[in-house]
Amino acid sequence: MKKLINKPEDVVTEELQGIAAAHPDLVKVHFNPHFIVRADAPVEGKVGIVSGGGSGHEPMHGGFVGPGMLDAACPGEVFTSPTPDQMLDATKAVNGGAGVLHIVKNYTGDVMNFEMAAELGGGEGIEVEAVVIDDDVAVQDSLYTAGRRGVGTTVLAEKICGAAAEEKRPLSEVAELCRKVNANGRSMGMALTSCIVPAAGKPTFDLGDDEMEIGIGIHGEPGRERMKLAPASEIVDRLTTPILEDLPFEEGDEVLAFVNSMGGTPLLELYVVYNDLQRLLEERGIKITRNLIGPYITSLEMAGCSITLLKLDDELTRLWDAPVKTAGLRWAA
Amino acid sequence: MSVTYDDVLRWIRTFAAEVESKKEYLTQLDAAIGDGDHGINMQRGMSAVVAKVDSQAGEHDIGALLKTVGMTLVSTVGGAGGPLYGTLFMQMGTVVSGKGELSPDDWAAALDAGVAGVEARGKAEPGDKTMIDALVPARDALRSTLGGGATFADALRESAAAAERGMQGTVPLVARKGRASYLGERSAGHQDPGATSSHLLLETAAATWGDSEKG
Repeated sequence: MKKLINKPEDVVTEELQGIAAAHPDLVKVHFNPHFIVRADAPVEGKVGIVSGGGSGHEPMHGGFVGPGMLDAACPGEVFTSPTPDQMLDATKAVNGGAGVLHIVKNYTGDVMNFEMAAELGGGEGIEVEAVVIDDDVAVQDSLYTAGRRGVGTTVLAEKICGAAAEEKRPLSEVAELCRKVNANGRSMGMALTSCIVPAAGKPTFDLGDDEMEIGIGIHGEPGRERMKLAPASEIVDRLTTPILEDLPFEEGDEVLAFVNSMGGTPLLELYVVYNDLQRLLEERGIKITRNLIGPYITSLEMAGCSITLLKLDDELTRLWDAPVKTAGLRWAA
Repeated sequence: MSVTYDDVLRWIRTFAAEVESKKEYLTQLDAAIGDGDHGINMQRGMSAVVAKVDSQAGEHDIGALLKTVGMTLVSTVGGAGGPLYGTLFMQMGTVVSGKGELSPDDWAAALDAGVAGVEARGKAEPGDKTMIDALVPARDALRSTLGGGATFADALRESAAAAERGMQGTVPLVARKGRASYLGERSAGHQDPGATSSHLLLETAAATWGDSEKG
């Protein structure tokens, strides 16, 4: 395994120390339990937004802590859900008296740990609402699965809800907005390679030189289907068609198109993918009015991409455009 | 016949040692149908548990000990394993709170409560390809063999054997819970890592408490 690390067991701690040293203007890092919190938290009268998940998806979530996005992020071990004490302390740290929103990705571990945090926090007197993101169309949402995974739409929800919270909107509205984003976003991902968890030392699964994995999540786990590698235009079709059919997106819809690198795929390839995506959407009469292209919700060094489409309206567009100042996403008015 | 506080401590330490030695195996099972961290997570959790309980070696309350194990697992394991194993131990601890010794019935009651806690937390049912597939048969076997008048040692062995059969029974199942469920049919043909570690837990109990034939 070739990684830029010291000892595998120290990876998360050293990463957090690096973040604390690099961005003192934006965040403070709390250790034991670990969480990254906005430097100016708690912000009085503003809904606090907390998310979290395993490490290894950077910049999500820690890279999204700052004005206009998250108030705190709880990092677990690599690809492992954080523990309730992290969420509990983060919630207390961001409580500005207007309640706290937990944005939870729909993974069994994430959901249970956030639930336990809510149970433990019951006696703390802080109003907490939790919204689960489950936008991945690769998994059949049925009684016979753990439900759809929370993937790319999570990033969009964190940005949009972050903007709404900055406007001092009440908790119930910010939570409703989160549900609205989740209801209007759909994603699907694919991998060209697996990834290596530092503690494991070898790839989580093996893909042949001429193979790709369709319908992956973000934890290096195998996907739904393995097939022979195809050109980007065909991959875009395989990812986008189920997305379009699922919502469904219709002719005349305006969308935010989010082309995400799983970590190991370069921008050069993402723009090839985006080119094929915008052509496909144009053929279907769907208008891309906003886009996000780059590594935002990653799986260590996995090569591959995910596509997320979010159906936009005036409110979502305005909140997406609102200023944000975090390590991972930054723009002015 | 009863299990003393020290016997419970021995069980916990032995389980931790077993998890350490089978860490690679558990990780391998989890890589096939999950994200390859079950072994690492359980080892991290049980190391923290051993360090914590070492400081409670002279105590007497088995319930408090089990609750400490549970809370330590919740705060160190993460993932799905943390809440599930944490709940298992915390619920067991609640039911035998204050006890310095466990009778066979106490252990059966503890396992009942622990398994019920896991079912409530994870909402899995037998057949979903999870730790429940090992725990439920183990709980049922313990109850029925004790009810049939067996010795505690025999009942523990039957319980562990039932867990083993349940664990092996997960191989052909299509996962309906957890990360493995995203794979659909591809999850079939692999043994569930959670059922494997649960079997290990019960096998260790049988080996630790049943070795001296206390009747």
